[in-house]
Amino acid sequence: MITLYDYELSADCYQARLALAVLGLEYSRVDVEFYPGREHETEWFTELSPLQQLPVLCEEETTLYDAPAILVYLASRHDPTASWYPGGDPALAGQVTLWLGFSRALAGSAGAARLHESLGHLTDIDAARSRAHTLLRVLDEHLWFGEQEGRDWLCATDRPTIADLAAFPDVALSEEGGVSRIDYPAVRRWTDRVKRIDGFVAMSGIFPAGPVAA
Amino acid sequence: MPTFLCTDPVVLNLWHPLAAIAETAPGRDHTTTLLEEQIAYALPPDGGARAWRQGAPQHPLPTLVRYGYLWTSLGTPPEDLFSIPEYDEPDRRNMNASTIGVHVSAPRAIENFLDMAHFPFVHTDVLGSEPHTEVVEYGVDVSAERDEVRATRCRMFQPKASASSADGAEVEYVYRVPHPYCSVLYKTSGDDPDRQDVIAVFLQPVDQEHVRAHLLLSVLDAAHEDKEIRNFQQSIFGQDKPILENQFPKRLPLDPRSETPIRADKSAVAYRRWLSGKGITYGVIPAGR
Repeated sequence: MITLYDYELSADCYQARLALAVLGLEYSRVDVEFYPGREHETEWFTELSPLQQLPVLCEEETTLYDAPAILVYLASRHDPTASWYPGGDPALAGQVTLWLGFSRALAGSAGAARLHESLGHLTDIDAARSRAHTLLRVLDEHLWFGEQEGRDWLCATDRPTIADLAAFPDVALSEEGGVSRIDYPAVRRWTDRVKRIDGFVAMSGIFPAGPVAA
Repeated sequence: MPTFLCTDPVVLNLWHPLAAIAETAPGRDHTTTLLEEQIAYALPPDGGARAWRQGAPQHPLPTLVRYGYLWTSLGTPPEDLFSIPEYDEPDRRNMNASTIGVHVSAPRAIENFLDMAHFPFVHTDVLGSEPHTEVVEYGVDVSAERDEVRATRCRMFQPKASASSADGAEVEYVYRVPHPYCSVLYKTSGDDPDRQDVIAVFLQPVDQEHVRAHLLLSVLDAAHEDKEIRNFQQSIFGQDKPILENQFPKRLPLDPRSETPIRADKSAVAYRRWLSGKGITYGVIPAGR
């Protein structure tokens, strides 16, 4: 049985919910109130997650508290096609890891700007937004060139990977931190493609894709 | 009289919320922004509450502790705040669901709070669902004596009206707007169909296009933990947030010709007229400009 320690409005928790959904996995949810309860700072939660990070995923003997680690674990363990995490292909495994790292940079910039705007977390808001725009420019260029080559996803494969699931939440929520995506058309097309992945689930602040234009 | 960046006397003389008491550590100073001014506030360990403009602690601002929040004013506020008698009923669960910053003007946020037509589309399968999208005829009146807008007999089929509802039900709402930047809604309680849950939004105007939205819950729910009740409302509010932040223009236009209302917007029309009658200029685009 899989248990997810989860907070609805957290972009990192949403990465895990998204992975569980597209993999079609059942799980039980334990609500950890990040705000206002600050439950992630309690003693019981710190025992599970020493850095007081959400989400935490437990299955049998495994306990993981870092969103990319959870995605790698879930895909490696529960995807027999090995398409979500193509760990056996050195080049693809490298690319996935690169974009998982990129997703942490998004969390530290676009995600930090969102927490600043909505919950008043202290951060250098101008620096966070500027860094987020740098990342979105790189992402947009990468996706635009991909489209020219017939590639829809972040990695060089015809199927989405956990890299797409990891990068999506902080991109899709960026406007809440005052980081507009208006200048990144390839990013907007990619977020629409992610929303059409089989099993996709939305979260508060992210709406499902509309009907495909006829 | 000190000078302020906000020059709207009506708004300066209102009570404004600063923070939830439950989220304010006593005995130390906190700061927040109200009407573009940096305001410091504290809950002294021996009780009471203090607020002052940053850098001017020798000139205390008026304070009030009401409904679980600390309120202040930059002008001469009325003696008391609007009343919510239900708040004092002994079996109510009173709590701040969240204080969340939103890039929107306070009046636009009030209008969204009053609007039921968006429920099936924004809160799909929670506060509404297709095909139950019609906003049936409801009543709106502006009470001169109480100086508030009130919308009554608002009905909507809701698949999951609250943390305590098991099944879908037709739910009846009453909305009050007793303050230009605050609204109180009453909806059929999931626990007791003869009584009503109270959900209020108190908007702290940070500037003309930013608010901190304080969400008060005063509900009848014997079964759920506080955090479950808050989590439900936080999820709802999280769905509203991108809608609020994409309103254009951000300030609410008060000229009746500037936006085209439909029948379901009756309460919004009354609210805009009420604001115009008060001569409010902050957070709005006044008529005739």
